[in-house]
Amino acid sequence: MTITEDRPASNDAAEVGKARTRKEDQRLITGRTKWTDNIVLPGMLHLAMVRSPYAHANITNIDTSEAKTASGVITVVTGEDIKDVQGVNANAWPITPDQVTPTHLPVCIDHVACAGEIVAVVVARTPAEARDAAELVDVDYDVLPAVLDLKEAVNDTVLAHPDLGTNKSAFWKLDSAEQGSGGNVDEAIAKARVDGIVIEREFRQQRLIPAFMEPRSVVVDPTGDQMVVWSATQVPHILRFLIAATMGIPESKVRVIAPDVGGGFGGKLQTTPEEFATIAVSRRLGKPCKYTETRSESLLSGHHGRDQWQKITLAAENDGTVTGLKVDLIANMGAYVAVVGGGVPVLGAWMYNSIYKFPAYQFNCQTVLTNMTWVDAYRGAGRPEATFAIERMMDEFAAVLGRDPLEVREQNWIRHEEFPFTTVAGMTYDSGNYEAATEKAKKLFGYDELRAEQKQRRESGDPVQLGIGVSTFTEMCGLAPSRILGQLNYGAGGWEHASIRMLATGKVEVLTGSSAHGQGHETAWSQIVADRLGVAFEDVEVLHGDTQIAHRGMDTYGSRSLVVGGEAVVRAADKVIAKAKVFAAHLLEASEDDLEFTAGRFQVKGTDKGLAIGEVALAAFAGHNLPDGAEPNIDADATYDPVDFSFPHGTHLCAMEVDTETGATTMRKYACVDDVGTIVNPLIVEGQIHGGLVQGIAQALWEGAEYDENGTLVTGSFVDYTLPTSADTISFISEHTVSPSTTNTLGTKGVGEAGTIASTPAVVNAIVDALRQFGVDDVLMPCTPERVWKAIQAGGAKPGVPAEGEREAAPHFDEGAPNDDRPATPDTTATTQGGAQ
Amino acid sequence: MTRITVTVDGTKYSDEVEPRKLLVSYLREDLGKTGTVIGCDTSNCGACTVHLDGTSVKSCNVLAVQADGHEVTTIEGLAQNGELHPVQTAFHECHALQCGYCTPGMIMQTCDLLKNNPDPSEQEIREGLEGNLCRCTGYHNIVKAVQQAARQGHESGTAAADGSPAETADAEQSVGATA
Ligand code: FES
Ligand code: FES
Repeated sequence: MTITEDRPASNDAAEVGKARTRKEDQRLITGRTKWTDNIVLPGMLHLAMVRSPYAHANITNIDTSEAKTASGVITVVTGEDIKDVQGVNANAWPITPDQVTPTHLPVCIDHVACAGEIVAVVVARTPAEARDAAELVDVDYDVLPAVLDLKEAVNDTVLAHPDLGTNKSAFWKLDSAEQGSGGNVDEAIAKARVDGIVIEREFRQQRLIPAFMEPRSVVVDPTGDQMVVWSATQVPHILRFLIAATMGIPESKVRVIAPDVGGGFGGKLQTTPEEFATIAVSRRLGKPCKYTETRSESLLSGHHGRDQWQKITLAAENDGTVTGLKVDLIANMGAYVAVVGGGVPVLGAWMYNSIYKFPAYQFNCQTVLTNMTWVDAYRGAGRPEATFAIERMMDEFAAVLGRDPLEVREQNWIRHEEFPFTTVAGMTYDSGNYEAATEKAKKLFGYDELRAEQKQRRESGDPVQLGIGVSTFTEMCGLAPSRILGQLNYGAGGWEHASIRMLATGKVEVLTGSSAHGQGHETAWSQIVADRLGVAFEDVEVLHGDTQIAHRGMDTYGSRSLVVGGEAVVRAADKVIAKAKVFAAHLLEASEDDLEFTAGRFQVKGTDKGLAIGEVALAAFAGHNLPDGAEPNIDADATYDPVDFSFPHGTHLCAMEVDTETGATTMRKYACVDDVGTIVNPLIVEGQIHGGLVQGIAQALWEGAEYDENGTLVTGSFVDYTLPTSADTISFISEHTVSPSTTNTLGTKGVGEAGTIASTPAVVNAIVDALRQFGVDDVLMPCTPERVWKAIQAGGAKPGVPAEGEREAAPHFDEGAPNDDRPATPDTTATTQGGAQ
Repeated sequence: MTRITVTVDGTKYSDEVEPRKLLVSYLREDLGKTGTVIGCDTSNCGACTVHLDGTSVKSCNVLAVQADGHEVTTIEGLAQNGELHPVQTAFHECHALQCGYCTPGMIMQTCDLLKNNPDPSEQEIREGLEGNLCRCTGYHNIVKAVQQAARQGHESGTAAADGSPAETADAEQSVGATA
């Protein structure tokens, strides 16, 4: 069973648990930052990309002659020019042995499979000259039909890559009966059809764009023996490996640096065509080159997220016990299978059963190729989709039963005394306490009061109705045990590395293979090391994001940094202490057994004789008086491979006001209680939750990448891809319960994605809850006022009006009404236009 | 090419610039003021916000030539004599930044907001920062930081907002005012 603490035990001296303000802030608030685009090297040239305006085409000719003679232009490079040296954008996780994986060249040679693909690279003295000349490159295309609809793609009538013969990339299945972790789902459904409840629903996970604030940028310096690549990336180590593996450059000749990186959210875990193109061109010219994308290029060409259809079948008994869950997914890969690619929906496979004790479960996922921007991890990666589906279903189930949605959840969830618990999907949840988190969230939210208000508004027929949405989520963090990744055919391990260097002056350098881009590793890692080694927080320096300094690493994504990377730091610190103890015993002329290490000192038990660890470091540095056979060095390395995942959870409650006359929605209140295990820094954790919440809320209410029928991204700038602003959002109530993880020393669980995973269904459930009285049981995301309004009309408020997607925009004016200012002559065409304005 | 003379963070510069050059590009490329960053190409994000004669502008929305004869303050000129500006301190203390990419623009816009309204309500803060996008923080702590800076402004008797050394009472607001 799980021990859930309300708060970590207070220990004033302990660094872990302290709300330390961040070390990294000083440079960021004063503008002394090192973004990749800030880097200027002598003789550096600038690149601009010529991109395909077509979603699907063959390239028949590229005329670069005019561009080449433009002012300041050094050269124009096509895919043909660099075909042997440009490498390839790799997929690291073929989810099945027979996965269909189109070759993804950084610069296309004869075929483009989505709009925005690079077809030529212009190199010039200034960025402006490069962009001007890009307009002069004349490319002839033979336009091909494009496949843009996920469901149509499965039929293979139009092919995204004609040479592959199919759009179907891979089919992946998890069945609880087959793998022995549960019963047969089809039997459960069949039984429920006879004497129970079956709920079948289809949900659309719209396409999203990560939209980190710093556009991607890459600088390559090929001068000298070793090539240096600076990139706005989450994954410097993976990038280095893939440059070496696909471009034929020895790994030892490549140094990758991720300097200050302005956000990622999964969007920068890709190795990109732009990186490979810049490297190829820079090496060809022997000159440093820089490429920085515009925001519009970023939205079009950086990978997108989500984009799935989910068919969910839930079987239950009439008393509210769920007996089975079946999931059928179609997941859009876009034009290529990205680095994680089909692995993203698969990461959701273990999460649809969430916190519940379902006896039978099946997950089927078909990944498909289309002529749209490629899709990969976006904050949560597979888990938000899973959480959305199951939490929407649990609300629908409660509605069918006519019971409170929290009560129905509680009837089905794992009770705190049942941990560790092996789920129907086969995962073992380490710890948790859903009762405690829910109880606390209800109080903070004022659940009963808001339900009373909701009732009262319903009864009085208030045009503004109130809805309450619930999301009790869990997720899996700490990617990942290498053993499991191996079983899943993933191309790498899931370990993390750390080194600790004990400097002679008493300072401590911590090298971490995690690569932060806003998460605050410098601060949190300093806290961990300060506690472990008993040194001052200020004396710890955290170094990361440079393959020459932190030479081993698996980088930052999947809420893995603290759980995996933090544990590597803990283990390296413990090794430092073990080494230092030998020195201390020797210097103090005591037996190791008589030493105790507390608050940074080796103390001979029962005496006042002792040495601080910094003094030991100095003695090791001097090397004058070494223990027999000891090296003059107490530095240590640790590489940690996690034994299992960790499973944070939480209860999120959202109140939405819905104006039933206009469809406008307003968030009234949002309260959440998250259990992320031990908290190293509450300030940072809180920040991660807030930011995560808004990204999840944005999926529910505002964001969606839309294409027109030609495959042009119409939400290709910040004018149309509507990120939430401060004026769209509210302040949140967020609190914690603490059930320490049992799979790592500190008991941490990971928090980077929690808010995003939990919030989307809470918001949509709230909107549907407000509208259920009008016969509404779903609203497509993003729930724009137009969609909400149409759902109300379709749901029965005004019978006879078809549902979303089946009718055109509402007429602006009522015919014949005084405000209906139509042309005097009865002209049907004009009238129609007037009506549709 | 056009010759312009601009004072940036207290230093006077005279340069030949292309008429089409944006102020943000001039700051970054010609003066090395890389503290001011670019987040978009449609004037939506506010990452490039600086003060022009004491009023916030999106510097991607102002031509360098329009700054001729004017004073510009960037994030790099905000701290005075090694002392952080109260808004900078508040952002640090309230954890109002994560990756920090939006931060220079947010801080510069906050200064302007507090100058015009030293005691803003939460709603006024939220509306006042609407032109600055942040993808990391969810704005929660940014709002808190602005509230803290406002409180501090009252306690110290000085407008926390008054950060620009070169601000003039009759600041010109004709160009590129922040949306
Ligand atoms: S760079 Fe986005 S508003 Fe100026
Ligand atoms: S802190 Fe990253 S965008 Fe605001």
